[in-house]
This record gives sequence, structure tokens and C-alpha cells, in this order.
Amino acid sequence: MTTLPGLVGFDEALETFDPVMGLEVHVELDTATKMFCGCPTGFGAEPNTQVCPVCLGLPGALPVVNGAAVQSAIRIGLALNCSIAPWCRFARKNYFYPDMPKNFQTSQYDEPIAYDGFTEVDVDGDVFRVEIERAHMEEDTGKSLHVGGATGRIHGAVHSLLDYNRAGVPLIEIVTKPIEGAGARAAQVARAYVAHLRELLLSLGVSDVRMEQGSMRCDVNLSLRPVGQQTFGTRTETKNVNSLRSVERAIRFEVSRQAGVLGAGAAIVQETRHFHEDTGETTAGRVKTDAEDYRYFPEPDLTPIEATADWVEELRATLPEAPRVRRARLQQAWGASDLEMRDIVGAGALILVEQTVAAGSSPQAARKWWLSELTRRANETGVDVSELAITPADVAGIQAMVDAGRINDKLARGVFDGVLAGEGTPQEVVAARGLEVVSDDAALGAAVDRAIAASPDVADKIRAGKVAAAGALIGAVMKEMRGQADAGRVRELILSRLT
Amino acid sequence: MSSEDDLTRLSATELAERLAAGDTTSVQATQAHLDRIADVDGNVHAFLHVDVDGALEQADAVDRRRADGELLHPLAGVPIAVKDLLATKGMPTTCGSRMLEGWIPPYDATVVERLRAAGLPILGKTNMDEFAMGSSTEHSAYGPTRNPWDLGRIPGGSGGGSAAAVAAYEAPLAIGTDTGGSIRQPGAVTGTVGVKPTYGGVSRYGLVALASSLDQAGPVTRTVRDAALLHDLIGGHDPRDSTSIDAPVPPVLDALDGDLTGLRVGVVTELGGEGYQPGVRARFEESLELLTKAGAEIVEVSCPSFTKALAAYYLILPSEASSNLARFDAMRFGLRVRPEGVDAPSAEQVMAATRAAGFGSEVKRRIILGTYALSSGYYDAYYGSAQKVRTLISREFDAAFGRTDVLVSPTTPTTAFEFGAKLDDPLAMYLNDVATIPANLAGVPGLSLPIGLADEDGLPSGLQVLAPAMADDRLYRVGSVLERLLEEQWGGPLLGRAPELASSTGVGR
Repeated sequence: MTTLPGLVGFDEALETFDPVMGLEVHVELDTATKMFCGCPTGFGAEPNTQVCPVCLGLPGALPVVNGAAVQSAIRIGLALNCSIAPWCRFARKNYFYPDMPKNFQTSQYDEPIAYDGFTEVDVDGDVFRVEIERAHMEEDTGKSLHVGGATGRIHGAVHSLLDYNRAGVPLIEIVTKPIEGAGARAAQVARAYVAHLRELLLSLGVSDVRMEQGSMRCDVNLSLRPVGQQTFGTRTETKNVNSLRSVERAIRFEVSRQAGVLGAGAAIVQETRHFHEDTGETTAGRVKTDAEDYRYFPEPDLTPIEATADWVEELRATLPEAPRVRRARLQQAWGASDLEMRDIVGAGALILVEQTVAAGSSPQAARKWWLSELTRRANETGVDVSELAITPADVAGIQAMVDAGRINDKLARGVFDGVLAGEGTPQEVVAARGLEVVSDDAALGAAVDRAIAASPDVADKIRAGKVAAAGALIGAVMKEMRGQADAGRVRELILSRLT
Repeated sequence: MSSEDDLTRLSATELAERLAAGDTTSVQATQAHLDRIADVDGNVHAFLHVDVDGALEQADAVDRRRADGELLHPLAGVPIAVKDLLATKGMPTTCGSRMLEGWIPPYDATVVERLRAAGLPILGKTNMDEFAMGSSTEHSAYGPTRNPWDLGRIPGGSGGGSAAAVAAYEAPLAIGTDTGGSIRQPGAVTGTVGVKPTYGGVSRYGLVALASSLDQAGPVTRTVRDAALLHDLIGGHDPRDSTSIDAPVPPVLDALDGDLTGLRVGVVTELGGEGYQPGVRARFEESLELLTKAGAEIVEVSCPSFTKALAAYYLILPSEASSNLARFDAMRFGLRVRPEGVDAPSAEQVMAATRAAGFGSEVKRRIILGTYALSSGYYDAYYGSAQKVRTLISREFDAAFGRTDVLVSPTTPTTAFEFGAKLDDPLAMYLNDVATIPANLAGVPGLSLPIGLADEDGLPSGLQVLAPAMADDRLYRVGSVLERLLEEQWGGPLLGRAPELASSTGVGR
């Protein structure tokens, strides 16, 4: 990366300083209804259509806890090897902001439902243990849309619009203990942790974990201390770092920036910072001082949550296989290399590949389609590969047609186009677009004959034993058939006529 | 018109009997009360909003249901007034504050829903201290309610409007809310009956929260029996209120006119004596004698922590209120004030200007108190300590109820005071609730009933009965017997001795 004035190169910074990280990840649960009322939680509805007196904070309205959300919270806690509080309460976090209807957020403070856990993250083949401080339940806020400003931020805006559809959607906040000892791999560890968490939550089936839609949001705390020092330095909190790549970039930038500040003999300001996707930089936000006081107190409108041992054990029994165990099992079953597995996991395609294989595809084919063709298309449209409008069953279906010789790889790409464009199932797309290979020997034979007639010199070479020259004739036939032919069959027909 | 023929002079029970017998209709009864309101409310100012059309429509509907032979609730057709703290769909709900002037809720409180379903026409919304903060209704942004016994005196608060409406025969029934005595204290100073049910006994859904852990809605009536009927109607579990108790309403109706033989009645040392007006004490002592004659055993009980109740209450209530009232920010409903001299104000500036203009001084005082008490560094010393006192008070109630069946005390230290007497002295004002607050802190139920007029000023005083949580029936058992014995002495209801109110027709407000 370019070293801006005041920045110190990442690697250079790590010769002097030891980074300490803390990650706070907010996950929206995909419960049917909100945390404290019966409103639906679907993403993308018309503004202010999924609201009621409770989530609008109208005077007199009261919250009722969503049992499904508590269940998800406990399962997440268990999957992170946390202790589950047998008794805990909600607390009010008081601060004024227009997108927060009650001007307090119903959250948990000193009595989180899950605490003291850990999770093991694969970082380039090594296992890195991340300690979990807590996972607690809370409600999401609404969204402010600032209109009229250049940046979409509140500064300079003419007015703001408020959408409370998201207000009250259940959130789980997962907070790590300080992550020490990552050293030069700090950025990778953070990224791997978030990717790992994402996979874990997906396997639990508690959230769709779409960072680009905000159903998973990450705040990155980072401080530096001179190598060898025990006490932590002053930290900054970079808010809303909302992609895996951004997590890595934000950490690299903050390490470089803080090293520059400290190297110049200055002090780090304890503050929140904004991450900018375009430049990969962070800029100062609010100064966080001790004066910031949320005046937490136990939520008097809700009764305590009691998680009985029986209930916790019942939920523990519903946990899926741990991600590492699952990855090892799948790697063996698929005969994949470490590198191949890392690519699959890194692309967020483990479940997709697994489901494609389950739908009948070979592991190699499933991996090929998801990691090359479909990942490229996802990148082009700026969405997650899991969000493409194609299912693992579709991919398996397309591969089955390839295996049966009905289409070839090139035609398969056309089928992907059609399915992604919403033209129907792979079968329907093949039929509608006329993509099936011509297996009619009579039609193919005629095309072969025309190709031979058009290039007598090539035909002579083949007759003279230069079989490799057949390629030119195959190309001509394929061109005439607009690709809808099985090249192997064409070759057979050519050779049967000329040898 | 003789009182026989005046439908407004009947108790709710009597009116209900006439309705059931077909001797009158709900439309007639409702119209009679609307007429009475039109006649005297210019003087009393119990109502902030009168819903003439809505009430008559509901009355007509219930008359039709009755004509169709539908099985109706015993109180069906009996009109009722509702404190302006409860959300009423399509009817203004101001909480006595400028902040909510003109706000019309899109939904009904559960209590209101139950009233409507049972066919009780809602006459209108009653006056109160702003957001239920006060003991005199002098903190209403819309002017005070006057005590029907003496228009120069306060009707109690915060629910002075509900109590005065019932005392002035403007409504046979009313709904109040009680956070530290706002049903019982107005009951005592207006010669009416007020009940704060067990916390969680009546749904809080749709009550604009003052202090969530203390608030409770309950009946405001002229007789103990009327209160039991209303309690039975509005009580019971509500899945929309997480703090609502999932159990049947205690058998409040069966408890009426029971036998007091062997009943152990505890007199709480700390809720009486010094600071209590002699006339109030005298009436209280006489009531104890009546209870003894009825077979009850009077026991002296000491609850030392009760002397700390007021201090704890004024930390817990403001703390919760500071958070509950944060939502009044001009963003979604209610008042919106643009700050003066600012061209393009930010949301925060509008919030600040609105809150500065929309809240009265008592509300601001308590928001500031609560904000301070919850602040980091002070939380343990204030909010935390107050919660410990609260626990001690609960334990002392438990211990006292181990030796007694009910506890009794004067409801208030004094009779109704004159307007302005305590307005500049918040601490003196707060002391009005010194006897009622412990019940809210412990969540136990309490009933206040009139026990006579104090000799010094000829004004009503009240006796409070307290019972263990979910033993609300005991309140009615004691209250109904004492009421009967007292009325035998008086030769009729105490309210019969209240001066006739002059018509205010033609008198501007």
C-alpha cells in the first residue's frame, strides 16, 4: 500500500508495535418477527410498512420478548463455547437519536445471556483461538436517510428521512476479548474470525449473515503497544466495517496510522472512526470519552429470562457440527487439497458446494462452477455468491446435462445466464434458448461433410495421418452448429470419414 | 329532581341493576352524565376531553346488544371516565402535557379495550398532573381540577380528575393509575373509593409509562362494590404486558361483605402518628374500633424501612421516568418546536427546543433527578441503594403479612389543602404520598375508602387497606364491611354531605 504522510508501512509498524484487536460483531437474526413485537423483519420493504405502536415506541406500548430470538441467542452462545446465564435481564441503553424510537435501546448490559467462550479459527492452516467475552441480545435501530448532502452523511444534508422497518429487529452482539499475539497476521486473523463467524452462524441457521445488506456488521477496535509491553495502548473503534476485505483493510490502515502517530511521539485519541470503502482509510468520528454515559439500568418493562439447564441442553443437542470438524469431513469426502478448501471457504461457498454435491454433482464440478463462473458473476454485480439467483440444485442440474452430453461447458455458461436472468429452471432455459447440443448424427454428418468439402487440403493432411489437423475441421463444424455440438462426437465423425 | 330519579346519583351497581331490569337505557344514563358534566365541569374541571358523540354511540350500541338478548357484562351500559394517561384510539390522549396536545393514539390500552368490549360508554378523558407527576393536579398543563368538596382546594393527584369526576357525579366510574398513590390519595381527599391492584394484576399496555415498575391502573368509584366490579372487569393476564401476572383475577366479588371474625389487621407504626392531621387520626382510630367490633383483631406492626420509602421512591421513579419520557422528542408524534433564531436546526436542536417548551417544571425536575441518579459514578449510590431499600420494604411487608392478614393506615397525612399551598415546596408535596408509596415499591395492592370528615376542616379523610400480592380480595373484604358500618353510622354515603355544586353553565372556564 502507498504510505501516506504520517503513516508507517504495515510491516514496518509491526517491527516496533504489537497490535491488540477487539471485534464487535452485530448479527441480525432472521426470526419471522421483531425482538419485542409481532412485526415482520423482511429486508427491503417499503419504508415504515413493518411497524406498530411497540417498535415505533408510541406512548404506552410495551415490549414482549421473542422466544425464538432467545433460542437463537442461546444456540449462538453454545456454538461459541460460552456459558449460558441461568438468569439474565435486559437493560436500557439511554441516548437520543432520531432513528431510535424510544431514545433508548433495549439491550443487555452486565448480564449477557452468553459469556466466556472461545472459538477456533483457521488462519492459513494454523488454528488461532479467539476468546469470546460475551454474546448479548438487543434490538436494532431504524435507518436515517440523509437527503441533500454530497456524501449521504448527516453533515451537509438538507433533511433526513427515517425508516423504522429495521427498528426492533433482533440483534446479537458478539464481542471478543482482546485478541493478542496475532502480530503480523493481525489483519488476516480478524478477517478469518469474521469469515468463521459467518460460516458458524449460517450453519446454525439463525441469520442470513449478509454483510452487504447489513445483517452482519463489524466494529473493529485496535490499539498498538510497543513489542514486549504488557499493558494495552489507547484504542480506536472503527465502526461499520462491512465486508471481509474491509475488515482486513481497516486493520492494516489503523496499524499504519497509529504507528505513525505513536512514532511521531503523539498520543492516540480514543475515538470512533469511520472506514471508507473507496480509499481504505479511516477518519475520525466522535471522541469517546468517559463523559459518554448510557445510564444503563435493568429494563423494567420486561421480566428476567431464565434459561433452565434442561432447555440449554435441549438446544445444545440441536447444534450443527462444528465448522472445523465439518470442513475436515468434507475435505476428506471430496478429496480436496488444503488450498482448494481454503478457496471454497474464503469464497463463502462451502454450503453451496456441499449442497450442489448433495444434489448429485461431483465435488470437482461443483467447486469449479461456484468458484470460477459464479464467483466472477457475483463480483461483477457486487453481490455475495450466495445471493445469486441460482440454487445449488440448479448448478447440479446443469452439470448433469453436461455429464449426459446434452450441453457442453460453453453452452452451460449460456444456461447460467438464463437462470440468473430469471428465465426459469436450467431445463427451461436450455429449451427456450435452444442450447442443447445437436446429437443428431445425420445433421452433424452433413455439417462434417460440408467442412471436409470446404477444406480439401486439411482433409488430405488427415488422410495422410496428421490426425491433429482435425482441430481445424472440428472448429468449422462447431462454428456452423453455433457451438451446439459435442466436439468429441464431431471428431469421431471426421476421423471415421477420413481414416 | 329528586336523587331517586337522578341517574347520576346512583352507584354503578344500582345503575347496572336498572339497566338490566330495563328501567332505563344506557343512552339515558350516558346522557344524564353528559348533562351533569356540561352543568358542573366548568367549575370542577375534571375532564380534559368529553366525547359526547362517541359515548352516546357506544351507549346506543350496548342498548341494542341488550335488546338483542345478548349476555352482557354486569357493568354494560354504565358510563365511565378514563384518566388521560391511557391510550384511547381516536380520542385525544395528552397525559396533562403540552407535549401530547392533540395526539390521537392509533390504538387502545388493554384496559380501554376491555371497557369497550364490555360495553361501558367512555365519557371522556380526565385531568391529571402532567405525566402523573404530582399530588394535586396543579401540574396539569391544562389547569387544575377543583375538589368538589371545596373548589378552592386540590382534589389530590395525579388522578384528581378521575376522583373529582366521580365525587361530582359526573361519572359513576373512572379509571385511574397509581404509581405512588395517584388513585388512593385523590380518593381519600375527595371522599371516594380508589384501588391500586397488585402490580401485574391489571395490564399496563397502553398506559403512558411514568415509572414502569410502579405504575398500576385501577378503579375509581363511589362504593367498594363498584370498585370490585370494575376491578374484576379490567384485571387479568394480558400477553402484551410482560409484567402482567398469568393468573386469574383474585375473587374480589366473592370477598364483598364477608365476615371479619378473626381477621388480623395490622396497624403500621411508621404510617401514622407524627405529621398526621389530628382529625385524620381521629377518624382512623374510630375505624379501627369499628373493625374490632366486627370481629377483627388489631395488631401493632413496625416496618422500619417504610420511613425510607419516600427517599427510595424519589430515586427509582425519576430514574425510570427519565428513560420513559425520552421518547417525547418531536420526531414521530406530539409537539414539535423549532428553536428560535436557528435557520436550519438539527434534529437534536429540535428535540431540545421541544422538550424545553413541552414539559412543565415538575416533569423537568424529575427527568433531571433521574438522569443524575442513573449516571455512571452515581448509579450505585442512588439507584442501586434505592433498589436495596425497595428489597427491604418488600421483606418487611412479607414479615408483616406473616403476622397479619391486612395492614391499615390513614391514606394521607392530611385532608385536601388549598391551591398553591405546596406548589413551591416539592418536598412538602411529595409527603402527601408518604403512606401510599410503600405499596407501590413492594407491588402489593391497596384500597382507600372514605372514613369521615376531619373535625378541623370538615373535609374527607381516607383509610388505606393493604394486602399481600394477589390477595386483592382481602381489600374488598375489609373495605366493604367497614364501608357498611360507617354508612350505618352516617345514615348514608359520606358524599351525601358534600355541598351541592353550583351550575357552571354560562360561566366561562
